[in-house]
Amino acid sequence: MTVESAAAKEETTPEPRIGRSWHVILPPLCYLAVAAAMVGYTQAVPLDGIEHGSLNLTFLRRRTWEHVELVFFSTVLVLVVALPLGVLLTRRALRRATPVVLALVNLGQATPAVGLVVLLAVLFTIGFWTAVVALFAYSLLPTLRNTMVGIEQVDPRLVDAGRGIGMSAAGVLFKVELPMAVPVILSGVRTTLVLNVGTAGIAAFIGSGGLGDLITTGVSTQRNLVLITGCVLIAVLALIIDWLGGLAQRYLSPKGLT
Amino acid sequence: MADGATVGVPIELRKVTKAFPGGGEPAVRELDLHIPAGEIVVLLGPSGCGKTTTMRMINRLIEPTSGDILIGGRSSRDIDPDRLRRHIGYVIQQAGLFPHMTVAANIAQVPRMLGWPRKRIAERVDELLTLVGLEPETYRSSYPRRLSGGQQQRVGVARALAADPPVLLMDEPFGALDPISRERIQDELLRLQEELAKTIVFVTHDVDEALKIGDHIAIMQRPGHVVQYARPAEILTNPAGDYVEQFLGGGSSMRLLRLTQVGDIELDRIPYASEDMDARDLLREVELDGRGHALILDGMRRPLRWIAQAELEGVHGPVGDAGEPVTVSIGHRMTLQDALETLLNADTDVLPVLGRRRAYAGALSLGTVQNAIQSIKARERERRLRRGEAP
Repeated sequence: MTVESAAAKEETTPEPRIGRSWHVILPPLCYLAVAAAMVGYTQAVPLDGIEHGSLNLTFLRRRTWEHVELVFFSTVLVLVVALPLGVLLTRRALRRATPVVLALVNLGQATPAVGLVVLLAVLFTIGFWTAVVALFAYSLLPTLRNTMVGIEQVDPRLVDAGRGIGMSAAGVLFKVELPMAVPVILSGVRTTLVLNVGTAGIAAFIGSGGLGDLITTGVSTQRNLVLITGCVLIAVLALIIDWLGGLAQRYLSPKGLT
Repeated sequence: MADGATVGVPIELRKVTKAFPGGGEPAVRELDLHIPAGEIVVLLGPSGCGKTTTMRMINRLIEPTSGDILIGGRSSRDIDPDRLRRHIGYVIQQAGLFPHMTVAANIAQVPRMLGWPRKRIAERVDELLTLVGLEPETYRSSYPRRLSGGQQQRVGVARALAADPPVLLMDEPFGALDPISRERIQDELLRLQEELAKTIVFVTHDVDEALKIGDHIAIMQRPGHVVQYARPAEILTNPAGDYVEQFLGGGSSMRLLRLTQVGDIELDRIPYASEDMDARDLLREVELDGRGHALILDGMRRPLRWIAQAELEGVHGPVGDAGEPVTVSIGHRMTLQDALETLLNADTDVLPVLGRRRAYAGALSLGTVQNAIQSIKARERERRLRRGEAP
């Protein structure tokens, strides 16, 4: 995130208000407590062989880590594509392409997630990277859309002022448009992240692992405890990642905008 | 600041035309305009008259369709636009400050692009803040949103002056301010300009603002041509045609009052004397004058007291300390409008005018003001006739 560091350099006053930091950590502590209680319960009650296969700690840890990886790689892919594409589509020369691109991206979002995942698996192969691509297609829109909106909502007079004092087009983009768009872009990224955590659950259908595996196992073997554990862990992961996104939004947004 | 500061250069517009694609008639048509070095030239006109387009062609934010613009004798076409703009100050409405940058960072933008060393930039920022009347310690690291509109506009001017450009373009810079802040910052700009002598192109649709700050005013009419280009007083006394007259919107005598300083007009004379003058001599003068009173001045010719004819009658020897102290007077730098206001509120019909070092320079009454306005108008009329123009 080079943009934020550039904006941060402008900042000369120290960051005030550290006193209320416990407010900030309270929610994730609650989420973790819920997850711990759930896992603790599964370890305490007697389990049959199938349940034990899905609920032992090593397996849970591996599935959770796979889930995080799915989310991480698909989100990175979204950032790599959506940020430059969003910037390009707001340039005057490419503005005419905007409706076409948005229609395509909308298609990815509008297709039911299960359909998309299975379709891609049929077209390519099953496994982790196919799931990453499916997640990417499904969650591209919020980040792309918000990058465009974030840049478009920058007051045109500021762009004019930038050009007027002699900034190049690139200078205006990096020193004015992008920093000003950061809050909106980050809120899009946050949406993408949360979408990915949820949708990654479906990726288990094509053998890519992740916590969705608990859900498919739970359903197919009628082990409700396994099913519920999977659901709770995915929900907790989504909440924690959303919280991290919120933190990023707060601390990476340039000062002086409010 | 004054050492080595860049003063203005002339700007020359030659047959400049701008036609926007698909825009029908051109926004600016074959415009010729000479903007003298170190002057404030106001482009005045209703919206859509091409004044902003004209201004934006000077720094090539808009490229002219045809014609030439010379800045300090050099064609702007020969200079890379970004580089050109770094040497032309640019101020827009509501200042156009970047809200995510501190005041200091905003001002530092152009010097940074020009590659100034960090230390020199920091010094320059403080110098400029002081120049526009903002305490550097307080404002350097604030963000623009925390400032009032007037303060933001000052920072905007400071940013435009950062790299000491010879030319400043200002696009309705004070349009969004309340009347009081606007007056104040206009005064400030005039004070700055006295010191800096930049060439300033100022776009506005506000007639009073134009009359107040312009050395020359170009009144523009749709589509994009200048109908009159003259000094403010001439525009008021000798508007070129119905369009200008209509745009000025009447009240030109009142505006003339605002534009003229007391020191510029012919003042009234009333009898005056020093304290040691013989009362009988003074009485003779007062009788001759016929208005029934005289002024007593001190050794530095500063007015002390009014003395009435009755108080002088029968007195022998020096005038002494008889009479009523002078409480209200008029400075020679006052505008006629302010002087008139003072005159109407005073309890005498005549007030002394103070020149340099508050010395007596003459007297002002309603009649004096009236005569002055009439003579200004007559002078303009005569000039017009001499030039053989239709009245």
